[in-house]
Amino acid sequence: MPQQLKSLLVVFAVFIGGLVAARHFLLPPTFGERGHYRAAAVVTIERLPVRYAGREACGVCHDEIASVHRNARHQTVACEVCHGPAVAHTESPTENKLPAPRERGYCPLCHGYDPSRPTGFPQIDPVAHNPLKPCITCHNPHQPEPPHVPGECSACHGEIARTKALSHHALLDCTQCHKTPLQHKIKPREVRPEKPLTREFCGGCHAQNARAPKNVPRINLETHGGRYVCWQCHYPHLPEAR
Amino acid sequence: MEEQKQPAREPLEEISDSRREFLTTCSLAAPLLLLSLRAAEVAAFAAGDTPYNPKEHYYGMGVDVDRCIGCGRCVDACKTENDVPREPFYFRTWVERYVVTPEGETLVDSPNGGMSGFPPTHSEKGILRTFFVPKLCNHCDNPPCVQVCPVGATFKTEDGVVLVDQEYCIGCRYCVQACPYGARFIDPRTRTAEKCTFCYHRLVRGLLPACVEVCPTGARVFGEIQQRSSPLVRFTRRHKIHTLKGHLNTKPKVYYANLDEEVR
Repeated sequence: MPQQLKSLLVVFAVFIGGLVAARHFLLPPTFGERGHYRAAAVVTIERLPVRYAGREACGVCHDEIASVHRNARHQTVACEVCHGPAVAHTESPTENKLPAPRERGYCPLCHGYDPSRPTGFPQIDPVAHNPLKPCITCHNPHQPEPPHVPGECSACHGEIARTKALSHHALLDCTQCHKTPLQHKIKPREVRPEKPLTREFCGGCHAQNARAPKNVPRINLETHGGRYVCWQCHYPHLPEAR
Repeated sequence: MEEQKQPAREPLEEISDSRREFLTTCSLAAPLLLLSLRAAEVAAFAAGDTPYNPKEHYYGMGVDVDRCIGCGRCVDACKTENDVPREPFYFRTWVERYVVTPEGETLVDSPNGGMSGFPPTHSEKGILRTFFVPKLCNHCDNPPCVQVCPVGATFKTEDGVVLVDQEYCIGCRYCVQACPYGARFIDPRTRTAEKCTFCYHRLVRGLLPACVEVCPTGARVFGEIQQRSSPLVRFTRRHKIHTLKGHLNTKPKVYYANLDEEVR
């Protein structure tokens, strides 16, 4: 082997050895143990403090309220939604008391009317609904049955009620078209009101021979609309909309 | 003149002596120091071993858009649990309000991330349909943010959660740019990248993420993807599922049910 090659090999060996040594010392120690990252970073994140105690924690002491809450309409609402993070309270209950929002502004965060909320979700207009009274004077937040089950459909179906109020159907009661079982007020999603299914139902007012005021628009059921059901073209809550 | 030179030389010699000593001490001390640091970190890592085994889990989240009421409790809980700055620019999760007008225009807003409620919808063009969409890091199976990190400070764990190593992040913002969902931000206090961790510190203790914990309508579902008996798998079985920006091949692990086409 020529002398130049030997010295070159030595240079390469030193260079590569240096690189390996440098990599050994410069790489963080736990790097690559679980993947292309520092495994110790995961441990740092795992050790971050927990602030929300979870659903089961509250019932350990507050079993009375928990048993009421468990079967109430608010059963899906965890205690910590309204009362805030509870880990500090579980560690020293007397020193860290949790707040209970009593002011009127809090409940409308969920129950204030907003058209973007899903239909059927109970909503009120915070301005018009018993103004200046805190919500808890009438509603128990742990078991929020209204004092009388909603008398008006608009208590929940505000969006439809507002639309209907502007239409020619404003004076019709919801129950004129929707047969509503009483249970619907207790279990709104499970027991649903009926909807009219036939052309003859609308014909009860709008057919040529119907017994209704003269100014109600009339159509010939035989020829008008062919095979379609009325609501496929006319929105019953705002029939004049096109 | 000579008398003046003599005293000037002595300190020079002293300095050269101490420099030699300094260099020898340094060359000896440096490896020792590195080794001791390394030993300390290894010890700290070993002490942190918990019975939690990340290989047994693979997490995802389901969001039912039809159940979201836009109350913003998830945003508030997330900020509290994870110590996210309260200013309205920093969110690990946030709620967007979509309003589609009869003309087909889509208006999106998210004042303060939805945390303090939404103002009344002011759309003079009318509303065709409108709904809330909670957003967060999608914990992609093929995360673009991880690919671009130049120092390996962001990574996907064995249980499928994308995390940031705060100590090695250099705050270069490549990942903030790379995320197609806008889920990352730079923490103004540490100047490092921050993002949703699925509340990893809660998962290892067997708790649910804070946003799932406080969602009052059950719009957020969390669980295992790969086990058959998990709330998430049941959710994906019972709903038609859509993910955000699937065409980017990010393979997101946040599954939306009842999602509108306008949501991006």
